[in-house]
Amino acid sequence: MTPINETAATTSFYERTGKYRWIIAEWMMSTDHKRIGVMYLMALLSFFSVGVVLGFIIRLSLLSPGWLMGQQTYNEFFTLHGVIQIFLFIIPGIPVAFGNIFLPILIGAQDVAFPRINRLSWWLYVTGAILILLSVLVKGRPPDTGWTFYAPYSVQTPANVSIAVMGVFVLGFSSILTGLNFVTTIHRMRAPGMGWFRMPAFPWTLYATGWVQMLATPVLAITLLFIFLGRFFGVGFFDPNKGGDPILYEHLFWMYSHPAVYIMVLPAMGIISEIIPVFSRRALFGYVAVCMSALGIAVVGYAVWGHHMFTSGMSDTARIIFSFVSFLVAVPSGVKIFNWLSTLYKGSIEVDAPLLFALSFIFLFSIGGLTGLIIGSLAPNLHLHGTYFIVGHFHYVMFGGAGFSIIAGLHYWFPKITGRMYSERFAKIGWLNLFVGFNILYFSMFILGFQGMPRRYFDYPPQYHTNHVISTMGSWLLAIGLIIIFANLIRSIFKGEKAPANPWGGKTLEWSIPSPPAHENFQEIPVITRGPYPYEEEAR
Amino acid sequence: MKEKYAENHAVTTRTYTGVWLVLLILLASTIAVAKLRLLAQFSTLGSLLIASAKAGLVLAFFMHLKYEGRFLKMMLTVAIAALTVLIGLTFVDVWLR
Amino acid sequence: MKKRRGDKVSTQTGRIDKMGKKMGMWFFLFTEILFFGGMFLLYSIYRYRYSQDFHSGAADENIVLGTINTVILLTSSFTIALSIAAVKKGENIPSSLLQFATILMGVAFLVIKYFEWTAKINLGIYPDSPVLLKLAKGEILFFGLYYVMTGLHGLHVLIGVVVISFMLYSTQREKINRDNYARLENTALYWHFVDIVWIYLYPLFYLIT
Repeated sequence: MTPINETAATTSFYERTGKYRWIIAEWMMSTDHKRIGVMYLMALLSFFSVGVVLGFIIRLSLLSPGWLMGQQTYNEFFTLHGVIQIFLFIIPGIPVAFGNIFLPILIGAQDVAFPRINRLSWWLYVTGAILILLSVLVKGRPPDTGWTFYAPYSVQTPANVSIAVMGVFVLGFSSILTGLNFVTTIHRMRAPGMGWFRMPAFPWTLYATGWVQMLATPVLAITLLFIFLGRFFGVGFFDPNKGGDPILYEHLFWMYSHPAVYIMVLPAMGIISEIIPVFSRRALFGYVAVCMSALGIAVVGYAVWGHHMFTSGMSDTARIIFSFVSFLVAVPSGVKIFNWLSTLYKGSIEVDAPLLFALSFIFLFSIGGLTGLIIGSLAPNLHLHGTYFIVGHFHYVMFGGAGFSIIAGLHYWFPKITGRMYSERFAKIGWLNLFVGFNILYFSMFILGFQGMPRRYFDYPPQYHTNHVISTMGSWLLAIGLIIIFANLIRSIFKGEKAPANPWGGKTLEWSIPSPPAHENFQEIPVITRGPYPYEEEAR
Repeated sequence: MKEKYAENHAVTTRTYTGVWLVLLILLASTIAVAKLRLLAQFSTLGSLLIASAKAGLVLAFFMHLKYEGRFLKMMLTVAIAALTVLIGLTFVDVWLR
Repeated sequence: MKKRRGDKVSTQTGRIDKMGKKMGMWFFLFTEILFFGGMFLLYSIYRYRYSQDFHSGAADENIVLGTINTVILLTSSFTIALSIAAVKKGENIPSSLLQFATILMGVAFLVIKYFEWTAKINLGIYPDSPVLLKLAKGEILFFGLYYVMTGLHGLHVLIGVVVISFMLYSTQREKINRDNYARLENTALYWHFVDIVWIYLYPLFYLIT
């Protein structure tokens, strides 16, 4: 094997390498997947916090519309909230943070296939973030179109849409390169003996996600380019005066944006698949089915985008097909849920924070998924489209699902990334506040939507007032929960007990190396002789 | 194994030249189809089929796909299938409105 | 269990993973298929809707220039393929000449494109022009698609020309040689893709009956 120099093997990857004079240059120029992943993680959590504050303020405004901001500002707030949470937090999300830090380690590799492209992805992310920030700061109003940038309004509005759209374009390119990198890494760099079906579930989901990133994001890129060309050159592909069709914008937009939700949720499911076996001391039930279901979700999810457009004017046949396929995608999702529950069954359960958040994922994502079936049905959709029911649905799946999974992963991998343990007590107190607050905040939205309250509306008739107040109060409890959780984690980085290499008794490769890892992941590339969850075999 | 074959299988200059000539012939035929109104209302389909034949030759020989592994060919099929689904389902909307 | 083959392992052993790099390039081309695909999607829908207008719009296209450009690109694919065959045999100078020929043809393509575009612009036909806006809706779309699709394609040709120039430089310096030509191979893959996009653009914009 490659001779490894002593220093690289024993010092943590945080230690200075001495290559650059300034530490910021050392990190920004790094091609080490662990450093890139940590930088992404810091950025993601920062943007998440900004997005949460925006959401918090939106809910405050809705207590009594007009007391905090006017109508135009309100539109800009929810646009920015969506753009930040979606394009700067949850789509890059798990792949760029935990994927970067752990994918090579989980498959027994020293780095990803293209480390310099990985660094480029990071730089593009930063550039995209700056462009979006500029759209708020430069002369002119921030975008007010909603994160969906629907034409013709997005082409006509005087707001700073072009810069924002450029930012999202750049972010998309970053995402494409990450997906390309991960798929190649998984194909080419698995350790000796790690066949496809000895690879843990999380890399499987990163694989499926990588394909979606590669095959869906370019459609968004060209769509955004059309908006840009429309604004600057008057190219009117979606302008009825120039023969264009606005529904085609919606088609092109959702062709990416639906698969995008699988970019958000597949890796999240991968994390859950890692946590559940460890905390029930049982092999993942139906491991092959779980891995295949990731591919299944990616494939089927490619053909359902029309369910975002049932009321737009599409043909009946198209609507029926899209509704039917949308129901189909629930099948592989259900496979995962049932297999997780079966893994827990008769397991030796330790309800530590990672498991607590993972169980919350299962509960909250199921609610989100089931409500998705309601709006996936054509008749109810006519009433519920564009209402708070939708807002409730996607917050349950995106926040209750992917968001909780990120928090679960943060706790699960905290000892590995930081070399310290967090306080279990405060994690659980934070969880309680977050969980209860979350459900109050978002469940009331189902009721509001059912009663007919439209989404993205600054103002509303008095009959919706009570539920809006309840929802806002839920957001306060949720915020307290988030503060406790993050304060706990941040404090523990500095004051937490030192963590061993394997505090949870995990069996995947990251637990066989030091906490935190050294610059070089493995002193010797491991040779794999068993599957990823050998709990039962070892118990015999 | 397959990679060694892909590496070592040198496509000869003769093969490349042959492919290039066939490409030019296909180009001529596509112009004929258009100008001479052969195939009548199927001329669009005809043009696209000829274009696909040209693309296929470039893929197989110039881009070496014929000699690459099964996986790469499969993944290209997936990418093209993805685009087909996108265009197809959109047409289901537009065509039947 | 399948034996792991040594030549698949890359940064672990410090050897270069040629297959991996090639795979990466193919994946990038898949993303380009979807990128251009979005434009082809719009084209196909609008042509279906406004077939007569598309026919009128295309009637004034210069088929001679379009055909010459097609011949140019097909031949440039030929030359770059030959350039790789040459470098595999260690023949760096013939390879360099063939790469240079490819670059020249790429430039020629762009020059012809320039003339086609300026001819249209001189007629007052460009996005949002008063002349254009008076035409039928389908024709407005046709010309919009013409500029966007041939424009983006042209941009890709330009990028290709620049990258091949870098490859030419490296071939001359023997940095690209019979043991190390993955970069050239991947550049050629990109160039062939650009050729294939044009293979489809040509009948769709020049040969509408």
